[in-house]
Amino acid sequence: MIAQNIGFLIIAIVMIVAALRVVTTNNVVHAALWLVVVLAGAAAQYILLAAEFVAVTQVLVYIGAVMVLFLFGTMLTRARIGAESDLNNSYKKLGIPVGLVMLVAMGLALTDSFGDEKLPESAKVVSTQEVSDQIFGPYLLPFWALSFVLLAAVVGAIVLARKD
Amino acid sequence: MSLLASESEILAPLASGWFLEHAWLIPVIPAIAFALIILIGKRLPMKGSELGVLSMISSLVLAAGAGYQWIQRTNSATEDQFVEPVIKSWSWWRSGGFDFGIGQHIDGLSILVLIVVAFISTLVQIYSLEYLRGDRRYTHFFAALTLFSGGMLAMVLADNMMLFLLGWEIMGLCSFMLIGHWWEEDANSRAALKAFFTVRTGDVGLLVGISMLYFSANDWTQEHLGVSGFSIRGISAWALSGAPNSTVITIAAVALFIACIGKSGQFPLHTWLPDAMAGPTPVSSLLHSSTMVVAGVYLVARLYPVFFVGLNILGSGGNLIVIIGGITIVISAALAFVQNDIKRVLAYSTVSQLGYMMLGLGAGAWLPAVFHIFTHAFFKACLFLGAGSISHSASHHSFDMKRDMGGLRKVMPITFTTWIISTLALCGVFPFSGFFSKDEIIDNVGHNGYNLFMIIGLIGAFMTAAYMTRATYLTFFGEPRGASAGHADHGDTHNSHDADASHDAHDVEQSHGPHESGLLITIPLIILSVLALSSGFLNATPFGESWERMKLWVEPRSVEVVEETHLGGPGESLIINLPSAEEVHSKSVCGSAQPETGICYAPQLNHAPFKWLKAMMSMAIVFLGIAISWILSTLLFTKRAPRLVGLTQRVKILGFGHKLLVNKYYLDVLYEKVIVRSIAYPVARAAYWFNQNILDGILHAIANSTRKISGWVYKNVDQLVVDGTVNNSATLTKSLGTAAQPTQSGKVSQYAALLFSAAAVAALVLVIINT
Amino acid sequence: MFVNQFLFLGAILFCIGVYGVVARKNAVLMLMSIEIILNSVNINLLTFALRNGSTDGHVFALYIIAVAAAEVGVGLGLVLLVYRNKKTISIDDLSEMRG
Repeated sequence: MIAQNIGFLIIAIVMIVAALRVVTTNNVVHAALWLVVVLAGAAAQYILLAAEFVAVTQVLVYIGAVMVLFLFGTMLTRARIGAESDLNNSYKKLGIPVGLVMLVAMGLALTDSFGDEKLPESAKVVSTQEVSDQIFGPYLLPFWALSFVLLAAVVGAIVLARKD
Repeated sequence: MSLLASESEILAPLASGWFLEHAWLIPVIPAIAFALIILIGKRLPMKGSELGVLSMISSLVLAAGAGYQWIQRTNSATEDQFVEPVIKSWSWWRSGGFDFGIGQHIDGLSILVLIVVAFISTLVQIYSLEYLRGDRRYTHFFAALTLFSGGMLAMVLADNMMLFLLGWEIMGLCSFMLIGHWWEEDANSRAALKAFFTVRTGDVGLLVGISMLYFSANDWTQEHLGVSGFSIRGISAWALSGAPNSTVITIAAVALFIACIGKSGQFPLHTWLPDAMAGPTPVSSLLHSSTMVVAGVYLVARLYPVFFVGLNILGSGGNLIVIIGGITIVISAALAFVQNDIKRVLAYSTVSQLGYMMLGLGAGAWLPAVFHIFTHAFFKACLFLGAGSISHSASHHSFDMKRDMGGLRKVMPITFTTWIISTLALCGVFPFSGFFSKDEIIDNVGHNGYNLFMIIGLIGAFMTAAYMTRATYLTFFGEPRGASAGHADHGDTHNSHDADASHDAHDVEQSHGPHESGLLITIPLIILSVLALSSGFLNATPFGESWERMKLWVEPRSVEVVEETHLGGPGESLIINLPSAEEVHSKSVCGSAQPETGICYAPQLNHAPFKWLKAMMSMAIVFLGIAISWILSTLLFTKRAPRLVGLTQRVKILGFGHKLLVNKYYLDVLYEKVIVRSIAYPVARAAYWFNQNILDGILHAIANSTRKISGWVYKNVDQLVVDGTVNNSATLTKSLGTAAQPTQSGKVSQYAALLFSAAAVAALVLVIINT
Repeated sequence: MFVNQFLFLGAILFCIGVYGVVARKNAVLMLMSIEIILNSVNINLLTFALRNGSTDGHVFALYIIAVAAAEVGVGLGLVLLVYRNKKTISIDDLSEMRG
């Protein structure tokens, strides 16, 4: 238990720092790389949460595919590779109180609802088979809907991005 | 068990076969063909028509195979054995506890109609290859025609009411698309809309009926048969079980019959059918005479137990179905006399014949009515295709008998011969098919105690003979007139429905004057006329029991079926509760009382014994009709006898009748002017009145008092106090607007910030309240 | 392990993401912030899945990943289109909706 808690703490701190860097850095490429750290940390947290299939998917889809998309997007929009001064807008000052108020609201709600409830100790890792039984059983219809969303997204992305 | 076994006989399993088990393929093939035609049809060498024709031919082959195996199945059963239909059912979708199935229900009735539909569809598609050649929406025409066939076939073999409804609505849609095929002409699109809306009016009844049946029958069917309340088999058994509440089943039967009235063009919703002739002739032939319009009749025949019990057929001297059927026969036959458009004559004749079928079903003559579906399909399709052949090759796309036809018997011998055969079949002359079905209906109606309706049927037969003679005379005899005489004035004066059928390629050919049509047109005509001549012999009652094949093959036997549940699936192990020896020929209890041990699927019906005397009498009536009509036609149209020409103008009663008929009993006026207006206008007028008197009154009163007050206020308050305030408030508004303008900056980040801050504040408030 | 430690991590990441969406002007960075938000939601879902001993949360986490992939695809397509037409991806310069 101790080991898990220590692991969680380290990863959580790294994630928070990395996330803060993503939203504050002055370099788009650096932001993308910090985002990789956040996503990888999230994948690690998923493993701690006994969700190995989701973790693997996170690595494959997010770190593999989505990051490549981001980097290509950065490249194609010809962002400067070096530091840039005007990545933030004038609402920066508004963002801090907004984020803090939300955090306070959520923190109050969480402490109120869950207090010091503990996660079950002997949680067994959820197997891929169980997840697929769920997806292709009761959640088949959302799965279909999702397939259509992906199809529409593919078609839409091509239509939007092609030159003519 | 031993007690039961001593009284009953364990029967061998019924014969089945591949075609029967796979009959569901019959509608699937046209459905696939439809998708292919829509997707790739235009790129194919024959513009997709070959796919339609091929799919219909394969459906026909499958249907014929299934028919053959069904006959074997009935032959493998003993005389008093109930021939189990071949039922297959799959779950289609489930929703909220409802299980909607999809499947096939193959018995004699569905096989019969399947074969008819597939056969006529095939011939009509072949005919259309020539008739619509060069049409601008050729591919779409074939697509819709194929989809129609798929829908109709699916409806016919549906094992439950949801699938039935699906097929029914597909047909309605295709009917709309095909009537409006040449939608550029205003009349056509209006006819399509009229057909669609009129039929939809009736369809409400179908929905109501299906849901009523489901909710009242579901418990019973689940308990006794293990099927849902949509299942046709379940509903039939439920209706005859004695379980249903008599009010519920009566209302359900009436609701379903309303749908039949709409679809089958019965009085008072028949007005759409003659207008539907605006569509291309093959469409009229397939949809609006021989197949689609019998869907209503088919529904009654399919769920006959519901109507039998609900409307108390055989138990009373008249019921809704016979009354509607009788009215329809007479009024539409009368309307056929005043039509000049040959297709409209045939349309009213169709309505009238559908009335015969309904009359038969309503009077307990199930088999003759179903047999009439069969024979009528052939000769009516033949007549329509004949009319199309005339307009295509002789009268320059005109259907006007008085202006553009006449004397065509010499130039179009094949069309003439097939027409005459079909006309005689329609009139019910002895060896032709119509005699064996129509005369049976009339005979059985009388036998079951509906004497008044038997007389109506005979009057109808007389009128049928007379108006068909008139049409035949005008078309094929006398002197050629108008386009058929060769001097066709191009398209400007004649009242043609198919005028823009195919102007381009054909006009060159047309200018040669009237001639016989091509092989693609005449071959279907010949095939159909041969069937019109011979199909009656499948159930030739006059020649004795051995000729009554249809009775053996099609009519469900009304015996109680006792199913042993522990011996495997249904259809495998049936024990028929045979009555003991002395009761064998007594009446089965099915339909008349509650079955005691088993389940009934069909009510016990009587068959009238055939008497030559009665047949002679009706034959005499028919010939009288032909003779009178022939003489009158000769006098009126050729000799122009002065005493007859203009008679309607001189004699007031006749003139009134003629006017009534020409205006179609003012039913259209009733629907469009009276009913629609009586609903739309009072609402509008009430709203107007309310507007004028109440609202305006209040407004006027307010305005007047305001004016008086304001006169005083103006002098004292306004000038002094308010003006200043108004000016100030305007300034305030302006400055507020200017102040608020920055929030609508068009900047996404700002919107996001506002959105999130609002959400955050709201969340905080919510949390604080809840803790 | 407490339930709350994961939920608080999710909440913190969510708020950081919100701050990013509000504060960033560059469209690509905005999309990245949205990804952070989506990940924080996933952490919450999986925490509750573990807490309740069900696999429903896993299913929805996977769905969110799929939707996020679709969203990034379309979003970057839009950004490219904007860049091509305006030669900039600064959100502030896209103020055609100004009232």
